[in-house]
Amino acid sequence: MYPINVKITKIIKETPSTRTFVFDKSFDEAVPGQFVMVWIHGVDEIPMGLASKNSITVQKVGDATEKLFKLSEGDTLGIRGPFGKGFTLPDKDEKILLIAGGVGTVPIVALANHAASEGVCITTILGARNSEELLFVDKFSSCGELHITTDDGSAHRCGFVTDVLGEADISAYDRIYTCGPEMMMKCIFSMLEKEDALEKTEFSLHRYFKCGIGVCGACCMDKKGLRVCKDGPVFNGLELVDSELGKYMRGPSGNKKDF
Amino acid sequence: MIKITGIELENPTILAAGIMGTTGASLARVAKEGAGAVVTKSIGPEPKEGHKNPSMIDLGYGFLNAMGLPNPSYPDFKNELAIAKKETDTPVIASIFGGTEEEFVDVAQGLLESNPDAFELNVSCPHALGYGASVGSNPDAVESITAAVKDAVDIPVWVKLTPNVTDIVTIGDAAQRGGADAVVAINTVKGMAIDIESGYPILGNRFGGLSGKAVKPVAIKCVYDLYTALDIPVIGVGGIYTWQDAIEMMMAGANAVQIGSAVHEGIEIFSSIATGIETFVAERGYKDITDIIGLAHERI
Ligand SMILES: Cc1cc2nc3c(=O)[nH]c(=O)nc-3n(C[C@H](O)[C@H](O)[C@H](O)COP(=O)(O)OP(=O)(O)OC[C@H]3O[C@@H](n4cnc5c(N)ncnc54)[C@H](O)[C@@H]3O)c2cc1C
Ligand SMILES: Cc1cc2nc3c(=O)[nH]c(=O)nc-3n(C[C@H](O)[C@H](O)[C@H](O)COP(=O)(O)O)c2cc1C
Ligand code: FES
Repeated sequence: MYPINVKITKIIKETPSTRTFVFDKSFDEAVPGQFVMVWIHGVDEIPMGLASKNSITVQKVGDATEKLFKLSEGDTLGIRGPFGKGFTLPDKDEKILLIAGGVGTVPIVALANHAASEGVCITTILGARNSEELLFVDKFSSCGELHITTDDGSAHRCGFVTDVLGEADISAYDRIYTCGPEMMMKCIFSMLEKEDALEKTEFSLHRYFKCGIGVCGACCMDKKGLRVCKDGPVFNGLELVDSELGKYMRGPSGNKKDF
Repeated sequence: MIKITGIELENPTILAAGIMGTTGASLARVAKEGAGAVVTKSIGPEPKEGHKNPSMIDLGYGFLNAMGLPNPSYPDFKNELAIAKKETDTPVIASIFGGTEEEFVDVAQGLLESNPDAFELNVSCPHALGYGASVGSNPDAVESITAAVKDAVDIPVWVKLTPNVTDIVTIGDAAQRGGADAVVAINTVKGMAIDIESGYPILGNRFGGLSGKAVKPVAIKCVYDLYTALDIPVIGVGGIYTWQDAIEMMMAGANAVQIGSAVHEGIEIFSSIATGIETFVAERGYKDITDIIGLAHERI
């Protein structure tokens, strides 16, 4: 279908580099972890995780996101979606571990909101570059146990989310979910692979999207040829064994870019 | 089993160019899902990022796309082609494009060492300036490009035609004169969509090409006409979603069918269409699948 025109009803400044854009239409059928294609008229269309049924939380990194940051309440966007495969939702009596880094916190907070409403027991490890860039701290602390790390030590523990993970009892969790910078996810992948825990782990990935609907092949990963936009963006850890994760991705022309 | 331009295909379904064709791994995945052959993304002389998004939208009754021929260029794609060849026994056809004869030849020669089973010349993409259809609507250019590539390589050369011309047969004829081993019809049909709320054309490139269910009747007619006029095989593409669509295309005159947009429904589509064709042929008492090719031409 054509992109749906939505009106921005509220803009929330979350951190110096991220903003939440709330819109007037709700994508009620969306599962946490699914994404939408956000069309900034006349500029570009980019994939964004849904932070809630009617909002996206965006980090300013380049042209399109910069233009998005110039929009005001009342302005409109085109939205296609929701697309892709979201997270496997936890059962009520399960204990889950969420590991989020940077803007990868967006799909994780959507999952946390859902899990909290179901009464699931949640532990979160949240990482950011510095104290100012921490996302959704109040949200996570209100729905379970929260461990925070900052790269520069400006808040809580100095270091990476993997430092906390290294000390955790992985066997205590029924499911583990993660999204964040690829090198972070690669480290988590290696740790959980060693613990033989990949089966209960889900990773939400980022690749360059063109069509977003599983046709063009721009987002395919080696070695299985998985399409991140359609077979993912959420993958079970076992699907990623022997994959390009943490090694390289492809840019718009299909050329490889090393991490 | 069906033989086209000397290449043996397990079944007559082929992955169309530009669909999941940018990496060796994804081509191999489609092959393993049961495609009789796979065609790569069109590869050119220089890396190209393609047009800005939106580059493809689902209209419900078809798709509109303007990818703008994104590709990593032939030196980078060589390895992907080699991976596709290594990972599967299914024939892999390299789709190539260029702005001139020389560019087509350079790309073809550059990819030869990865052993593609054939080349498919894209002289038909409707939305990349200086490439594709701007070459493919000129019969002289099509003839000379085909002849130049034929001269330079010793594997089959297929030529993919655009429907965005007054008479596709004129272009098909030119390809045949140039020595093409087969023609492939059709590439996408020029189209456009506008968001009435904002007034913006939706595609980043403003206009693009229509594919999927909406173009099947256009493709059937083109294949029917080409079958009448040419001596070389015709490969049908455009709006094939079911085995019934494939049979229809073959009765119009296609030796095999390519499947593009319908991959959106699921990659299993190749094996389900192949099985459907096989069952139809057996149940209707045809000796062989080749009996249905061009059948509609005998019913007048
Ligand atoms: C499934 C998915 C969910 C995402 N969710 C969020 C989110 O919730 N919040 C958020 O801030 N960001 C999210 N992103 C990342 C976001 O899409 C990019 O940051 C954005 O596209 C950058 O666009 P730009 O034009 O500003 O940057 P550019 O200057 O064009 O590029 C900067 C970087 O952004 C990435 N990028 C650019 N265009 C695309 C594209 N079409 N597809 C994928 N990546 C691209 C590339 O890695 C590139 O190197 C998500 C990406 C994916 C694939
Ligand atoms: C996203 C997309 C990308 C395409 N890229 C190419 C291409 O690189 N080269 C080419 O010859 N045709 C390309 N095509 C055209 C298809 O190969 C095919 O001819 C057309 O889509 C009609 O078939 P369909 O209805 O089965 O999709 C592309 C089509 C789509 C939808
Ligand atoms: S972006 Fe086109 S297949 Fe994923």
